[in-house]
Amino acid sequence: METYILSHLEALEAESIHILREVAAEFQRPVLLFSGGKDSICMLRLAEKAFRPARFPFPLLHIDTGHNFPELIAFRDRRAAELGEKLIVRTVEEALAQGIARATPGESSRNRLQTPTLLAALEEFKFDAALGGARRDEEKARAKERVFSFRDAFGQWDPKNQRPELWNLFNARINPGEHMRVFPLSNWTELDIWQYILRERLEIPSIYFTHRREVVRRDGQWLPVSPLLQPRPKEDVRTLAVRVRTIGDISCTGCIESAANNVADIITEIAAARVTERGGRADDKRSETSMEDRKREGYF
Amino acid sequence: MSIATPAPSTELLRFVTAGSVDDGKSTLIGRLLFDSKQIFEDQLEALERSSDLTGGGRINLANLTDGLRAEREQGITIDVAYRYFATPHRKFIVADSPGHVQYTRNMVTGASTANLMLVLVDARQGIIEQTRRHAYIAALLRIPHLVLCINKMDLVGYSEEIYSRISAEFTRFATRLDIRDIAFIPVSALNGDNIVDPSTHMPWHKGPPLLRHLEDVYIASDQNLTDARFPVQYVLRPNSDEHHDFRGYAGQVAGGVFRVGDDVVALPSGRTTRITGIHTLEGPRQTAYAPMSVALLLADDVDISRGDMLVKPDNVPSVGQDIEADVSWMSARPLQLNGKYALKHATRNTRAIVRLLRHRTNIDTLEPEPAATLGLNDIGRIRLTTLTPLAFDSYRRNRQTGGFILVDEATNETVAAGMIADPPPAVPPAVSDGGYAI
Ligand SMILES: Nc1nc2c(ncn2[C@@H]2O[C@H](COP(=O)(O)OP(=O)(O)O)[C@@H](O)[C@H]2O)c(=O)[nH]1
Ligand SMILES: [Mg+2]
Repeated sequence: METYILSHLEALEAESIHILREVAAEFQRPVLLFSGGKDSICMLRLAEKAFRPARFPFPLLHIDTGHNFPELIAFRDRRAAELGEKLIVRTVEEALAQGIARATPGESSRNRLQTPTLLAALEEFKFDAALGGARRDEEKARAKERVFSFRDAFGQWDPKNQRPELWNLFNARINPGEHMRVFPLSNWTELDIWQYILRERLEIPSIYFTHRREVVRRDGQWLPVSPLLQPRPKEDVRTLAVRVRTIGDISCTGCIESAANNVADIITEIAAARVTERGGRADDKRSETSMEDRKREGYF
Repeated sequence: MSIATPAPSTELLRFVTAGSVDDGKSTLIGRLLFDSKQIFEDQLEALERSSDLTGGGRINLANLTDGLRAEREQGITIDVAYRYFATPHRKFIVADSPGHVQYTRNMVTGASTANLMLVLVDARQGIIEQTRRHAYIAALLRIPHLVLCINKMDLVGYSEEIYSRISAEFTRFATRLDIRDIAFIPVSALNGDNIVDPSTHMPWHKGPPLLRHLEDVYIASDQNLTDARFPVQYVLRPNSDEHHDFRGYAGQVAGGVFRVGDDVVALPSGRTTRITGIHTLEGPRQTAYAPMSVALLLADDVDISRGDMLVKPDNVPSVGQDIEADVSWMSARPLQLNGKYALKHATRNTRAIVRLLRHRTNIDTLEPEPAATLGLNDIGRIRLTTLTPLAFDSYRRNRQTGGFILVDEATNETVAAGMIADPPPAVPPAVSDGGYAI
């Protein structure tokens, strides 16, 4: 006899597909933010589930910091080509050159500079909804955010005045110049993402698996040595078997020592992990509310 | 407890916390996460960094969920925080809700998708207005399961007598509400009594600790699998040569089971057709049931679009433009009688005029009382007329096809959550006690 019960992954998947289709139906010009990271890889699979055999009703957009793991960019381009979907890239480099973004002296990470670059891209293409892969389990401010998260004409989030969100009835109404950030993976955890990657046999960039890399010990983590990050005198530099848990600006993405060379091993490792995935990102550590502050300004 | 790796086949349970300010909701969630080993070292470090400010050196478990600056500064919960944890049996989505009356609308947000409401009371205070208000919201939103956690038992000497008095009082009150399943658990969120392990301080409590109850409560029947309902969400029409005949009616099953070969009726038009296929990326399926997201293929090239609902000929919902509903008002701008609002029901966007306000419900007495309007956080019964016909069920029968939202067309604010009332009985009841069904 058939049982009519969905597993937790199936239930999450059904919810995310519903959200993606709602966006396609309710907005004029949506876009899907695609970075090549594990969450956005799952987003692409969910978009396939929502819209195939038709094309995606939105292009993909990558806000490129220029501070990349080269493997990630190669993967991003290949994946978009395989899917036959349009990929738009806007870079922090251009935004700096055009004065849209301004660097803060002494700040080496470009995560903050993604915000003005993203807002300029949304304006350039008149996008009215941006689908993002953020999850509520990542961070305390995100834990508070709605699935359909309203942004005013300045791209700002007002956490104290969010629209009530009832059942799966999303209020998609906005005025010209405003936009919506939509997070189909809101209710997924890091573990769910990996279980889904395993179940769907999704290809992921090689840096998620163990590899030997030259790393330097700084601020309590192993940072990859790269043209953007050179060891200072007396720093501890080693070549270790490492992998990344989350991918951001290469100059501040911590690597973890790991022998995991397949997804099942990663799942075992995550389940036993005693640090959150963002524990490896220096930009979130600055203050208790640094994510809230960045989100208010229009960060992902 | 072992470290949780939910097998991919575990069930999902969504619950919402309720209770007055300082009853210990955030502490309880923090305790569940902490004791089920879902708190990570960096989170603990961050808590320790902030503990000097707010906890007098002691780690403040509430800071795990109170993530906004204003919440930390004021030491209260303003908006729902979603938290996630898992045991080998289940994965849990927790909506930690604010207790303040002025944030009731945020609590209703958290409650709308919940299978279970966890209501906290302070053992020193017992049942208070907020307890009744929140239990009423649970009943109104038809959350099938409720757990009353009598918290801070450490402050009343773990007294069985106090526990029994509070449970009895709540039971008396709850008989007037329609809640299917109620459980009582005496706990100390702060010390962890009866949260994960049975409390040694309260051997008189024979029931399971909270986490065990959450793992075991039977939720498989919460989903309506009787009334087949498929709101058409989006039409898939590839423009490629390869698929140019393909037309898929995409959506999430809102109730019941659909099978290939089933005759279906499209509402509100009433046209009939047949399901010829159920499309998913993995390939064709024979059945689709709630809450799956699929695409249905139909026999005839009928005119069906977003907002229409597919049902079975022998089990049809109501179709009409006059709707009677309970609403939870969520805006500081009061309800405008004869005002026009945007209305979203299932996948249909339309407009509605509020014709009538029958009554406002006094949450304390649960009695209906006459009112000229509804203000922020009020609950009342209205009658409205929609611009286009809707295919709907009563909210009691189906939370998906019986719920709607009203949106202010000028501000785009979501102003009300609506729950469609049961159809009036065909024959008036012979005996009436003069009360209203609410
Ligand atoms: N003694 C004692 N104090 C508690 C217990 N649970 C919570 N508290 C305290 O009650 C206060 C309010 O808790 P909090 O979790 O913020 O309540 P909320 O407003 O319902 O989220 C805090 O000071 C907690 O430490 C308990 O079981 N026993
Ligand atoms: Mg709280």
